[in-house]
Amino acid sequence: MSLLDELYRETLLHHYKHPHNFGELAGATVDAQGDNPSCGDQVRLMLRLEGDTIAQARFVGQGCAISTASASMMTDLLEGKTISQALRLAQQFKAMIVEGSSPSPELGELSVLAGVHQLPARVKCATLGWNALEEALG
Amino acid sequence: MGRLEAIRQDFPLIVGRPDLVYLDSAATAQKPAVVLEALQQFYLHTNANVHRGAYALSMRATQAYEDARRSLARLVGAQENEIIFVRNATEALNLVAYAWGLHNLKPGDEILLSEMEHHANLVPWHLIAGQTGAVIKAIPITPDGRLDLDGLDILLTPKVRLVSLVHASNVLGTLNPVAQIAALARDKGALVVVDGAQSAPHLPVRVKELGADFFAFSGHKMGGPTGAGVLWGRYEVLQQLPPFLGGGEMINEVFVDHSTYTKPPQRFEAGTPAIAEAVALGVAAEYLMNIGLERIWEHDRELVQYALTRLDQELPEVCTYGPRTADRGGVIAFTVGGLHAHDVATALEQYGIAVRAGHHCAQPLHRKLGVAATVRASFYLYTTHEEVDRWVEALKKVRDFFKVWL
Repeated sequence: MSLLDELYRETLLHHYKHPHNFGELAGATVDAQGDNPSCGDQVRLMLRLEGDTIAQARFVGQGCAISTASASMMTDLLEGKTISQALRLAQQFKAMIVEGSSPSPELGELSVLAGVHQLPARVKCATLGWNALEEALG
Repeated sequence: MGRLEAIRQDFPLIVGRPDLVYLDSAATAQKPAVVLEALQQFYLHTNANVHRGAYALSMRATQAYEDARRSLARLVGAQENEIIFVRNATEALNLVAYAWGLHNLKPGDEILLSEMEHHANLVPWHLIAGQTGAVIKAIPITPDGRLDLDGLDILLTPKVRLVSLVHASNVLGTLNPVAQIAALARDKGALVVVDGAQSAPHLPVRVKELGADFFAFSGHKMGGPTGAGVLWGRYEVLQQLPPFLGGGEMINEVFVDHSTYTKPPQRFEAGTPAIAEAVALGVAAEYLMNIGLERIWEHDRELVQYALTRLDQELPEVCTYGPRTADRGGVIAFTVGGLHAHDVATALEQYGIAVRAGHHCAQPLHRKLGVAATVRASFYLYTTHEEVDRWVEALKKVRDFFKVWL
């Protein structure tokens, strides 16, 4: 049960049941969709850019605890970041999930998702929102 | 139990993984040793191309390939010349869609499907409808997951040219009364196609008694290798059908600017087929027939009733989908409270239980059920009561783990 205990911690489940920044964003300047066709999970990410800076980030969609919590924490982290900072965070997050690198301190509470690296079947869940981010800004 | 234990000994992956409870046979079945040996024996001793060599080895390869066709014909009660080797049920359905649908459907013609179809029996028709202007309609399902036949008379208008239905649902386990529907549809002059991907491996199928024109199934769901499946077609219908793919082995005569085609089934087997896979699929069919499809079906149904009873009595948080009749196949889709199917599946995996989570290639059905995803446990001839027990006990631990979040 250790992997479950490690992954499904209070932080993750809180973000799943009460996702932050959830809902449509009026005046979004960037709108991107992340889909996981194999399971039907979807995340739609909306950003309001002011110049080069992400002033606001919100998302809607349906997904599992991992994809929802990941998008919730991601949108928390994105606000106030520049585009290049945001893309760097996406790289760091994927390095943690896909390659198993130790979490960069910049990822903050997203480090609770580090255990997903040991669950190859769930990598796509964790990266769903981040793929939408890269799609939107890349 | 003695017999079941003997069956399990036939499956090397199962013997080698006592830690694993494999409950995903509806996705693909494990393979008996005889099938694995047949693949190797073919390449070691019989490998040559079929239907063309002027030497003994090629004759032997052809013989083995045609013997397999005979085994598959016997499995579903068909004539040999009605068995077309394809990759899988998906390709079989696409063959019908392109070879028949594309040439026979006109704008306004109707294709009747159902709300419980696998994407393999939806998307090919979407593609054909897009090209021909035909219209797609669907038989709705009842709240307990059966086809709602009350409105069938109204749905079966004279415009319906084709009815294509799943025999056994890959999500609900429902066994559909296709013979009854086929009789009505044929009365109205419609062609009847049956997706037998989940039925052919699990229960005795007699295609002639189904009254259908086509019956599609995959080999890998019945213990055969991936890459070999079957389309059965009524010979009179096949004779009228133009080829789907063109190439070698399906021709009569070829000129620079045109060609004539050979008879079915070779007309529909362009290019070198999956010879070793087809031969091994023939061995899988013989293996199943030796055990007895009736017996396998009984085992499936008994396990499902056992599992459903345990879930009902011990896990009120679990919601299962599909009919509660005795006549349903070895598939149970379920959700646990408000938990997402993927989280449940990940948690189950920690206890060695391999299940599938998602929409199981049946998005319209999940939309109808009002859930984005379900967890699915599916059984086969090697699944034991003890494995069902391990699954149910693991499910209790998962429920307890997520209790606060249910």
